[in-house]
Amino acid sequence: MPQKTNVRAPEWEIVIGLEVHTQLSTNTKIFSGASTTYGSEPNTQADAVSIALPGVLPVLNKGAVERAIKFGLAVGAHIAPRSVFARKNYFYPDLPKGYQISQFDLPVVGQGALTIMVEPLSGNAKPYEKVVRITRAHLEEDAGKSVHGESRGVTGVDLNRAGTPLLEIVSEPDMRSAAEAVSYAKTLHSLVRWIGICDGNMQEGSFRCDVNVSVRRPGGPLGTRREIKNLNSFKFMQQAIDYEVQWQIGTIEDGGKIHQATVLFDADKGTTHAMRSKEEAQDYRYFPDPDLLPLEISEEWKERVRATLPELPEAKRNRYVKDLGLSPYDAGILTASREAANFFEAALHEIPDSAKLCANWLTGEVSAQLNRESLEMQQSPVTPQQLAGMLKRIADGTISNAGAKEVFRIMWAEGGDADSIIEAKGLKQVSDSGAIEALVDEIIAANADKVAEYRGGKDKLFGFFVGLAMKASKGKANPAQLNDVLKKKLAG
Amino acid sequence: MILANADVRKVARLARLGMTETEIESAREQLSGIFDLIAEMQAVDTNGITPMSHAQDVTQRLREDVVTETDQRELFQSLAPQHKGSPQVEAGLYLVPQVIE
Amino acid sequence: MLNSSLQQLGNALRAGKISSVELTQLYLGRIAELNPALNAYITLNPETSLDQARRADALLADGKAQPLTGIPVAQKDIFCAKGWRTTCGSKMLENFIAPYDAHVISRFNDAGAVNLGKTNMDEFAMGSSNETSHFGTVKNPWDRNAVPGGSSGGAACAVAARLCAAATGTDTGGSIRQPAALCGISGIKPTYGTVSRYGMIAFASSLDQAGPMARSAEDLALLLNVMTGFDERDSTSLQRDKEDYARDLDKPLAGLRIGLPGEFFAEGLAQDVAGCVNAAIDEYKKLGATIVDISLPNSRLAVPVYYVLAPAEASSNLSRYDGVRYGYRAPEYGDLTEMYENSRAQGFGAEVKRRIMIGTYVLSHGYYDAYYLQAQKIRRLIAQDFDDAFKLCDVIMGPTSPSTAFNLGEKGDDPVQMYLSDIYTIAVNLAGLPGMSIPAGFGSNGRPVGLQIIGNYFAEAQMLNVAHQYQLATDHHDRAPQNIGL
Repeated sequence: MPQKTNVRAPEWEIVIGLEVHTQLSTNTKIFSGASTTYGSEPNTQADAVSIALPGVLPVLNKGAVERAIKFGLAVGAHIAPRSVFARKNYFYPDLPKGYQISQFDLPVVGQGALTIMVEPLSGNAKPYEKVVRITRAHLEEDAGKSVHGESRGVTGVDLNRAGTPLLEIVSEPDMRSAAEAVSYAKTLHSLVRWIGICDGNMQEGSFRCDVNVSVRRPGGPLGTRREIKNLNSFKFMQQAIDYEVQWQIGTIEDGGKIHQATVLFDADKGTTHAMRSKEEAQDYRYFPDPDLLPLEISEEWKERVRATLPELPEAKRNRYVKDLGLSPYDAGILTASREAANFFEAALHEIPDSAKLCANWLTGEVSAQLNRESLEMQQSPVTPQQLAGMLKRIADGTISNAGAKEVFRIMWAEGGDADSIIEAKGLKQVSDSGAIEALVDEIIAANADKVAEYRGGKDKLFGFFVGLAMKASKGKANPAQLNDVLKKKLAG
Repeated sequence: MILANADVRKVARLARLGMTETEIESAREQLSGIFDLIAEMQAVDTNGITPMSHAQDVTQRLREDVVTETDQRELFQSLAPQHKGSPQVEAGLYLVPQVIE
Repeated sequence: MLNSSLQQLGNALRAGKISSVELTQLYLGRIAELNPALNAYITLNPETSLDQARRADALLADGKAQPLTGIPVAQKDIFCAKGWRTTCGSKMLENFIAPYDAHVISRFNDAGAVNLGKTNMDEFAMGSSNETSHFGTVKNPWDRNAVPGGSSGGAACAVAARLCAAATGTDTGGSIRQPAALCGISGIKPTYGTVSRYGMIAFASSLDQAGPMARSAEDLALLLNVMTGFDERDSTSLQRDKEDYARDLDKPLAGLRIGLPGEFFAEGLAQDVAGCVNAAIDEYKKLGATIVDISLPNSRLAVPVYYVLAPAEASSNLSRYDGVRYGYRAPEYGDLTEMYENSRAQGFGAEVKRRIMIGTYVLSHGYYDAYYLQAQKIRRLIAQDFDDAFKLCDVIMGPTSPSTAFNLGEKGDDPVQMYLSDIYTIAVNLAGLPGMSIPAGFGSNGRPVGLQIIGNYFAEAQMLNVAHQYQLATDHHDRAPQNIGL
């Protein structure tokens, strides 16, 4: 089947919904007191309940419920005053009980919404805001892991992960492009880390996305969807969706039908393919778990949890824009993580009147440097206080922007505070008007012909004079002042 | 009620119970009899009645998020089943026939 | 000794008249002699039992004894006991050495009692005759051609044959009460949630409840005092103030209102059983009780409802037996599916497989509403019937079983016939109420008859009082089977 690349298919509408499994950051499992630490030796954290010995019973972890409540509050969702755990029955080696305890009819979190800033993945389209509705979020337990054993023909089962609490977050099929899906996933990822319910470590499987994709003619009925399972990187998500969409469109246009299927993404080939279909569709035979009683969440508990929530990203963004005058784009970058926002606010604390300057530096130089070294904001060798110290000297004119870049480079590589570095490297800019005027006079005198050309209308030559002046001052002339003086004197 | 062999086969597969055709036929007869017994209750009008899951009207108790279980791998894996004379554990993992995704 | 009450045994132990080791050896000797024929026990560990007895003797010597310290108690093989083979009557767990103690076992251990051995039972507690056990049938000590009842058949037999001082059982649809009736002993299933289910191998989670089996209500009270209490590892375990179940034993019964449901005295009840039960009612009248006619109109649906709900829960509870981490794994298989299918086909007996299939079916897509949900709704109606009845009476009475013990193999071919033997007991589990059975005489073939007493939630102390007063005035519970070497 021909694969079309970079196809814009305006006669097709893409419909995407996401189911995201987030591992909650509790110390223990959802139904037993076994540890959830990642990376331990196989089955050393598989207690009696985790391996489903005869006679064991589940008891619910308060920390898991609290995190679910936090999430619900953060997306403005209904928190069920009463929710029920149900058994999802099927056989698999990593599912020791032969059923997963989940929630079916009555989940703990109901309808909510997440406002996202969609970053188009290609082209020059501007970012735009979109509200994605969340259908529900429910608590359930994670399964164990299958690993390929030493011998061929044999699979090894590690149940350390079995019983880790998951919050499964289900969105409405509101997304219409891979870009929207990825932006939603990134925003959700950022949020769960922000409110401290999940460490978001996708390599370790803390945040796993299943993407439901279908296509339809605009205005037509919903197409049959296929579910791409277990995507653990945003890049793979985009690739998988793009391929799947092309495949579905191609199939239909060639006269074929889309059958409901679970699909895996092959990262090496960049393709999706349906998992081997089983003879019968899975019948999970959901029923309320008789070993557990209905979970009750009181108003008081909700409010106690609400009081522990930090200012949420959206509220912070709005405050940055409204009160600090930042652009929505910059506000978005600074609230991508709590660490970034904390860094910004810590720096701002030192220089409260220079919010924009601070924001520019963080979203510009600092971000660039962090990216170059693959560091997160909280790993920056330059502290908010150090940065603020330097920004103060820009604001008060002690150094120029060029000078500041040098200060920053040294601060990053070697440490130290701005004032010491400025002193040591002689980076103070010259703002003495007398000195600048003298400099400009000299240049005008030495370049009479160019001056005449400029005065004759060749405005472009202005830069030539700026260059000369900068060279003569060894880069130390205060650029703004220099501009003013040059303009005045060149005007004649 | 009339059960077909196909129904029994499907249920046996869902429940991972291996059955020969003879066993399926015999199960079909017995299960049909049991379903006749159950049929009595289906005719009852239960409109407006709330299902009863538990005897007492109590709600789920919560456990503090504190580690209480220690590593008992050696003890638990001493229970591992044998296959062809050897225990089905290796390098701390439980062994099953290879699962192909 | 063998006819002493637990109180008397305890006194003797505390007075130094007998040691726990001696008492344990006495029972172990009798078991060695009689168990081959009766098959009440699946597993014995004489050295372990005697070690425990020695520790009990040390406590007794130090004056640190509790009421049950030193007393040998038989444990139904459904309770995980650390280091003990725990089979649940099944080939699936034939070689399973439990790595932890059930809560019930811990309580007995903490009370200083001696674990005498693991008693035989219907496989995974599914049965009413102890004929589905992988370890062979249990014989009724009153007539070895008869069944002892089930699923706690081994326990009932052991108590009746004086092969233990007392025993534990479990009751999901009548599995304590019915064998108690068929073996002429006393047994009580307390209110659901009173005894922790942690470590008690699950059959039907919302119905299962453990309880004591012994030769008198007095004994049951002491045993309940040990077995009950909150356990944080069981979410369905109730947090309540500690009670002394013996506190009301001596209260006179004047003014007691006994409800007799018409439905329990209708068609299907054997005449000889009816005779004994009516005689018992007459005795209660003499003790000062008044009789109230009541109705439990939805109780006729109890059996069908039960045979939807219990198998449904069981089908899910038994999914963990897959041959992966413990238990039976088939010797021959190809791929994973075959491993599951062969292991489970070979590891489970016919009755268990039948119930798994029923349960799987009633939960399956398209049938859930018509079967499972419907059954849960009727369950509420059944519970409401009892609620209404208890406005008119204090306790409800009737026969425990429609007939005395039937012959081994008699009900073999038709599962439905077997299911109908629980017709009077099942409704009690569905409602979660406490129910007990005490000896009320003997039927036409000399086999025992049981009287069922049903109380309101948490009314065990009252029920024990009601039973005890009857046992003071009669001697059915003192009788012993012949040919048990007494």
